[in-house]
Amino acid sequence: MLNFKRILATSSMVATLAATSALAETELRMMWYNDGNESEVIQSIIDRFEANNPDISVVIDVVPYKSIMESLPIQLAAGAGPDLARVTDLGGLSKYYMDLTPHISNSDYWEASFGPFLDWLAPDSDRISGFMTQLTVTGPYVNKTFFEQAGVAMPGDGATWDEWAAAANDVAGKLDIPIPMAWDRSGHRVSGPAIAMGAKMFNAEGEPALVDDGLKEMTQRLYDWHQDGTMTKELWGSVSGSSYLGANEDFANGQVVMYMSGSWQIGQFSGTIGDAFDWWAVPAPCGAAACTGMPGGAALVAMKDTKHPAEVGKLMDFLAQEENLAEFYGKNLFIPGHLKLATGGVDFATDDVRAKHALSTFAGAVPKIAPTAFDLQGYPNNRIMFNALISRLNEAIVGELTLEQAYVRMEEDIAKQLAAKALE
Amino acid sequence: MTRNSDQPAAVKNTVVSIAGWPVQRVFRLLEYPFSKIQKGVGIQGMPWIFLLPNLLFFGIFVVIPLFINFAFSFTGGTELFLSNRVYTGTEQYRFLLECETFGDPITCREDRFWKGLYNTFVFVFFQVSFLVLFSLITALILNREIRGRGFFRAVFFFPVLLSPVVVALIWKWILLRDGILNAFLVSIGMDKILFFVSPEWAMFWAVFVSIWAHMGFYTLILLAGLQAIQPDLYEAAEMDGTSKERVFWRITLPLLWPNLLVVVVLALIKGVQVFDEVFVLTGGGPGTATQFIVQYIYNTGFTEQVQDFGLASAASIVLGVILFVLTMLQLAVTRARDNG
Repeated sequence: MLNFKRILATSSMVATLAATSALAETELRMMWYNDGNESEVIQSIIDRFEANNPDISVVIDVVPYKSIMESLPIQLAAGAGPDLARVTDLGGLSKYYMDLTPHISNSDYWEASFGPFLDWLAPDSDRISGFMTQLTVTGPYVNKTFFEQAGVAMPGDGATWDEWAAAANDVAGKLDIPIPMAWDRSGHRVSGPAIAMGAKMFNAEGEPALVDDGLKEMTQRLYDWHQDGTMTKELWGSVSGSSYLGANEDFANGQVVMYMSGSWQIGQFSGTIGDAFDWWAVPAPCGAAACTGMPGGAALVAMKDTKHPAEVGKLMDFLAQEENLAEFYGKNLFIPGHLKLATGGVDFATDDVRAKHALSTFAGAVPKIAPTAFDLQGYPNNRIMFNALISRLNEAIVGELTLEQAYVRMEEDIAKQLAAKALE
Repeated sequence: MTRNSDQPAAVKNTVVSIAGWPVQRVFRLLEYPFSKIQKGVGIQGMPWIFLLPNLLFFGIFVVIPLFINFAFSFTGGTELFLSNRVYTGTEQYRFLLECETFGDPITCREDRFWKGLYNTFVFVFFQVSFLVLFSLITALILNREIRGRGFFRAVFFFPVLLSPVVVALIWKWILLRDGILNAFLVSIGMDKILFFVSPEWAMFWAVFVSIWAHMGFYTLILLAGLQAIQPDLYEAAEMDGTSKERVFWRITLPLLWPNLLVVVVLALIKGVQVFDEVFVLTGGGPGTATQFIVQYIYNTGFTEQVQDFGLASAASIVLGVILFVLTMLQLAVTRARDNG
């Protein structure tokens, strides 16, 4: 009798295990990076999807951002990439994206909700490959508390870069702050202000033409600011090539008066700075041509090498639902990359007045973004231009090249890489 | 008395026979297949059979990738698989080696490759020179009867056990604007120094940290060499009243020469391959002041939007040629010395 009971118990256990493994027979791998704690938010949404779809399990592989930029392209080229990934090189990786259209329930919803951003993911086709997990806009933050302590008036809406640089220097001088102004070391960050100065970025044929008078106007300023101490060489000068280096920690530690970065810092600053001082987002300073930052963002995309396109489509359909995205954007304090939600459909999970002000400032900047900035963001090879710009400008700033030599090298770097890509 | 002194030996034999039993069993099991193999390949072929696992490992993970890398250097484009890539002949090499003036990297078409090469030579020159010098001095001191000798030997060897990334991060925290060293400078009334902004300081610290991290290993090699020198020679020299300087130049240095040669060659090869420590410490900056040849290869092949595997492969072949020349040089020096 005892044996019979044991056999029965063992059999039911084996049967349960077999049934469980049979139910979750499809496993989807999603490569993800975090700016803050987005993976926890997306996991909670995915948990609901898995509860409704017990035959699909989703594994989120959280990796450093560097892996997304450097390892993911190689994995995809080798045909060994994940089923889905959160990427920022939106157009550059587009040849690896799948077309979700046959696998989603309502492509009209996708077109209506993500219309212009779908073109960033598929520059040469009408494919639907994913959706924006966040829309970003570049722009500056200032330490408002420093301005108040120094008794210096903050330049208002429409102020130029020169006016902001002078004000930041004034504050830093009065309070003995080591860095008046800091920018993220990124070609993307420089491009918005360069466009504000009149940079066209493309020639009449639509081919990249990075160096023109507008770009020279901005890069000359950046060069001068590094020489006169407005910006510290320690940030841009202390690494080489196109390596990204943020000044967010210096800003959060009260070492910087004005910090040029973007909307993705809101959640982080809300958490790390909190109310230690008034970190304040200000409108993009102006140049001769415009007052603009650069748009950008991250997208969750489906990969064409997936062995489970139907399940990937089902998951993407679920995640792209308005209420799920509202929850995702709201909890992460992200500017929505969903057109309807962008018009005020998100309840941001914060009582922080600085965060709320920053969100409204960056959201308000979107309509003012110059068309050239959108064109540049939509250009699939834009990283080639960004990298050439930042790496060569940096070599000029530290004295290895003159600015004129740097301009020539920028053009050569871009031509070389485009030629290599043309061999595909 | 005899019986008592025999007891430990008997115990030892018992332990050895018990512990050796499984080994004997394994060898007996292997005897049959190996005798069969020996019949097949002959006694002359047996060394190859024993070397086979290592040869396979070396072949799969070193030789085959080397040939693939060589093939990649004659292709262009961004495709990963060799079969999909476009044959470009020697174009990548031509691109790398095209210079108006070889002494001035800015006049070269691929200026960063030449800057990397130049920086590598500067680094290797200073790093190897001072590494060998400090290792030798440390080994000479640690070979003497000093108090706490074991402790100091451990202290000097400890950095070798650390990961290069950990070493670089520790020093980065020391050297940053608000790091420990600048705090010390301020405390003694000096101004802060932005070490990673000045090309000279950045190169100095790259060399210094590399020496700090690796000196223990080379010291150990030299210490082993010093301990292998017969004490009789020193005693004879002492009896003859030879000065300490003469003992060093006439006895220590000549007898330590084989170990020194190994240290120089190993340090040279490791120096040319430098990457991880300096990459974490300085990121190759400021500008390209500490960007070495391996970082150039890494950047070209992996960090740009267009991952130029062909150009990166060509650069790595050039690096391989440099290492080959260095190794041949070492062999030539060793042979010349062996031949008197």
